[in-house]
Amino acid sequence: MTAKVTVEVVERVAELGHLELAPGESERMLHDLNAILDYVAELNELDTAGVVPLAQVSELRDASGAGVLRDDALRSSLDRSEVLSQAPETDQVFFKVPKVIER
Amino acid sequence: MSSEANTTESFVDKPKTLAELRAGIASGSTKATDLAAGYYDRIAQVNPRLNVYLSLTKERALAQAARVDAQAAKGDPLPALAGIPVGIKDVLVMRGAPATAGSKILEGYHPPYDATVVSRLDAAGAVLLGKINCDEFAMGGSNENSAYGPVRNPVDTERVPGGSSGGSAAAVAANMAALTLGSDTGGSIRQPASFCGVVGVLPTYGRVSRYGLIAFASSLDRVGPFAANVRDAATLLGVIAGHDPKDATSSPAPVEDYAAESDKGAERLRIGVPAEYFAAGLDPEVRAAIESGIAALEAAGCIVKPVSLPHTRYAVPTYYLIATAEASANLARFDGVRYGYRSPSSETLSAMYRHSRDEGFGAEVKRRILLGTYALSAGYYDAYYLKAQQVRRLLAEEYLRAFNEVDAIVTPTAPTPAFKLGEKTGDPLAMYLADIYTVTASLAGICGITVPCGTTKAGLPVGMQVLAAHLNEGTAFRVARAVEAARI
Repeated sequence: MTAKVTVEVVERVAELGHLELAPGESERMLHDLNAILDYVAELNELDTAGVVPLAQVSELRDASGAGVLRDDALRSSLDRSEVLSQAPETDQVFFKVPKVIER
Repeated sequence: MSSEANTTESFVDKPKTLAELRAGIASGSTKATDLAAGYYDRIAQVNPRLNVYLSLTKERALAQAARVDAQAAKGDPLPALAGIPVGIKDVLVMRGAPATAGSKILEGYHPPYDATVVSRLDAAGAVLLGKINCDEFAMGGSNENSAYGPVRNPVDTERVPGGSSGGSAAAVAANMAALTLGSDTGGSIRQPASFCGVVGVLPTYGRVSRYGLIAFASSLDRVGPFAANVRDAATLLGVIAGHDPKDATSSPAPVEDYAAESDKGAERLRIGVPAEYFAAGLDPEVRAAIESGIAALEAAGCIVKPVSLPHTRYAVPTYYLIATAEASANLARFDGVRYGYRSPSSETLSAMYRHSRDEGFGAEVKRRILLGTYALSAGYYDAYYLKAQQVRRLLAEEYLRAFNEVDAIVTPTAPTPAFKLGEKTGDPLAMYLADIYTVTASLAGICGITVPCGTTKAGLPVGMQVLAAHLNEGTAFRVARAVEAARI
């Protein structure tokens, strides 16, 4: 947990997150990530062997209770033309994007 | 050199109480349409200095106000917030109004639906004035991360209003709305309420629907009220709380009459004071103000006793791992395909994603996506994300144990009063550490309130955080009322 992040790792993570980083920006992010990761390494002081991870507070006793799922019934959704009107590019039926595969 | 004290401006102006506004509207002595027009005049006058509102929804507001006036003229019973001007943090969607989340990546987006809280305010007769500035995607503690410029603190315009709901806190402090809504993931309602000297409420996780809230970290995100006094915040929570079939995390538990609860007094309530929240790093003037607040609670008949929360120092690292991991997943949807900004010239889909996100997101959002993606990536998942979830359980259980012994816990909301613009922007970690007193309640899912609790010698507000167990908002309101009544 104390591993130092390198420029290569920052670039790989940026790629995973579909982020573009300018050359100067990568170095800034490298510095910030290492400072933050150094700090969060404090968690290593704690022995958490056997502790069940908590993903949602509804798992706790006496919390707000598990949510209630609604019936799996057919219902009307938002109007398609209204939704598509917000997209950068459509053909009125589908969203349009630049080509995915080189021919 | 001229004296610095003379160069600061103050825009503080306390809104009337709901009781006063309602009485005026019900009797016809105040027209809801005039009230709304008056608020728009105030906004036009003050917004150029404070940068609170990003967009105004005048047409919708004035139509609603006219409906309320017609109801009042007929002598019909008026709903809870009839004619009350309310501002909405711009991470909540309103049909047809621009929704930016403080980001360029949503530029031009006009959502085709209302958030559930917006529908509930509408049904309660509230007049929705417009959309309020915030840190980009609610990520920040100073409002300096908004792509549309920082909000300034109405108490002192050289200082930040806090964040991320800084605009919502500033709007109430400067009477640019009678009430506002914000969102709180790690302190984003409570800390700006503290910095601006208003009341802010973190409802229990699941108490208020998030349908129509632009998601940041879904296991932590909550929607909650701001008001100028505790009772009005309680009334607003009563309007927005309750089960919503559109949010699977929404609690089916019945909603209490929070305003009536807040009237019950705090006598004999057991108040816990955790030493860990008064350790190194706490500004001495903030400490003194909070100690006065605790003394006032004792004088009001509360039983004050120490409680121990020894894992407190691990809360900020735990919070930043979990919140950024969830954010990296939630923000994947902003890709230039379905709404908002698309980079104009990209040959391939992959390049279009990257360029749109590069040009659309600000530095703090990118930093958090990177950190979250890293913490979730192969080889690091167990060491960071899983570890943080384990510590999250320890922190939550520690609170629950404390609530076996006390009815509420009181702490400072923030270690310092409002800081100056630019003071922390160069150091993200210093900004994160300012969340030290608020993130644990976020991780545990419990409820809390920030209530004004005195000022520093320079006149900067100090807020006390009152925490209570899951769904015990009523208790937190009773304690907060007692602090407010002491006029510290």
